[in-house]
Amino acid sequence: MAKNRLRALRHRHLIGLEDYSREEIGLILDTADSFKEVIRRPIRKVPALRGKNVVNLFFESSTRTRLSFELAEKQLSADTLNFASTGSSVSKGESLSDTARNIEAMQVDCVVVRHAAAGAPLFLSQCLSSAVVINAGDGAHEHPTQGLLDLLTMRDALGRLEGLKVALIGDIAHSRVARSNIWGLRKMGADVVVCGPPTLIPVDIEEMGVEVCYRIEDALRGADVIYALRIQLERQQEAFFPSQREYTRLFGIDPERLELAKPEAIVMHPGPINRGVELDSRVADSGRSVILDQVTNGVAVRMAVLYLLNGGGERDAA
Amino acid sequence: MSEQVLDREGIARALSRIARQILERNQGASGIAIVGIQRRGDWLARRLAEAIREAEDTAVPVGVLDINLYRDDLQVRADYPVVRTTDIPFDIEGRTVILVDDVLYTGRTIRAALDELKDFGRARRIELAVLIDREGRELPIQADYIGETIEVGPGRTVVVHVHELDRDDNVAVEEVA
Repeated sequence: MAKNRLRALRHRHLIGLEDYSREEIGLILDTADSFKEVIRRPIRKVPALRGKNVVNLFFESSTRTRLSFELAEKQLSADTLNFASTGSSVSKGESLSDTARNIEAMQVDCVVVRHAAAGAPLFLSQCLSSAVVINAGDGAHEHPTQGLLDLLTMRDALGRLEGLKVALIGDIAHSRVARSNIWGLRKMGADVVVCGPPTLIPVDIEEMGVEVCYRIEDALRGADVIYALRIQLERQQEAFFPSQREYTRLFGIDPERLELAKPEAIVMHPGPINRGVELDSRVADSGRSVILDQVTNGVAVRMAVLYLLNGGGERDAA
Repeated sequence: MSEQVLDREGIARALSRIARQILERNQGASGIAIVGIQRRGDWLARRLAEAIREAEDTAVPVGVLDINLYRDDLQVRADYPVVRTTDIPFDIEGRTVILVDDVLYTGRTIRAALDELKDFGRARRIELAVLIDREGRELPIQADYIGETIEVGPGRTVVVHVHELDRDDNVAVEEVA
């Protein structure tokens, strides 16, 4: 796919897809396509980032995103350091800006950061003079590499993004995955419908260019992509909806509801799935599910982002 | 100022000669695979495979290699090069791989290609075919099959066009812009 004329990203960091142009997103997806081949080789390692130090700074627990980034870094031959908030100086009360200065002093080239506070990666990028910052999820703000891997998965399965109807179902209000998907999908010309309990739909969400539905049947009808978000059971004591059973009855995706979507529609989920809550197991394990493709594509997309952002030399800060 | 070195017929003759030499040296087409280097080497590789198929009635497997992730100047370049497709749809283990590129100059591309190929397996032998060989080697690398050896003065560059990408087939020496 060589139709993309952009040769490099205009941004020095990846904080959110809100800032990225359609052309930049296209370049990342095309580059990720090339990296998918690398992952299938007998020796899944290329020397592109030899000598680069990447630190994975996870102030919030994560298994799959951290593993996916680490695998991507290793397959590019970067040297990786892992820094989890428990057991680090964060628990001794070190501020984020002090952590940033220490990272800088260690000559780190790239920081992958996850933080419970929205805006932490942006703040970090402003503290650091030379290192590249990649947001691995910040509060309810964005999770841009998840958004990109979702776009890549949809493009692979359906051949395009332009004009697709994507239904995002569930907790939109607390979901950084939903926000990154909405920004990315809107820029690539897809139509987005969001659907969930009214308590979990932000009031001003239409301003992001999406349609809001409160009945799942309306959201699913004619959809190309059904994207079930994870219901965060740990938030359940805050009582955004009466019960899990009621959530499943009103918004769970089961085989009957799947019938409302287009015959070739795909089912996605950012993981980990609450089986029987937001997704019926018969749907999650069906031929329509591309949930494991999302995981594979995550590594390719992260390799592409790491490669494109660590492209040496001076570039205009943006 | 542009000075033509090969025209369409010249390129066709050079490729059919190289195809004959490959068959002669390897005593036929069995056990051979052809791998072109992105971007123009890819098209030259396909044409070589076609010439071999016509001569021997044997289809040799063809692959394409993008060497950009294996370049030795990634640390010093301002922007990383665009990564294109690599596709080696066969097992190179035990085969004779003919690497194909348009111009052999510093030898750095071939060094990168050799490093990359070894990550796909252990070929029995690797040979190098180039359409144009020019002076300026920075590494101890030489071609096994050469379309045309040319002298290119300082401040000049060899430009290869293939009709699949550039509308026409020709090779010219031009001033560096």
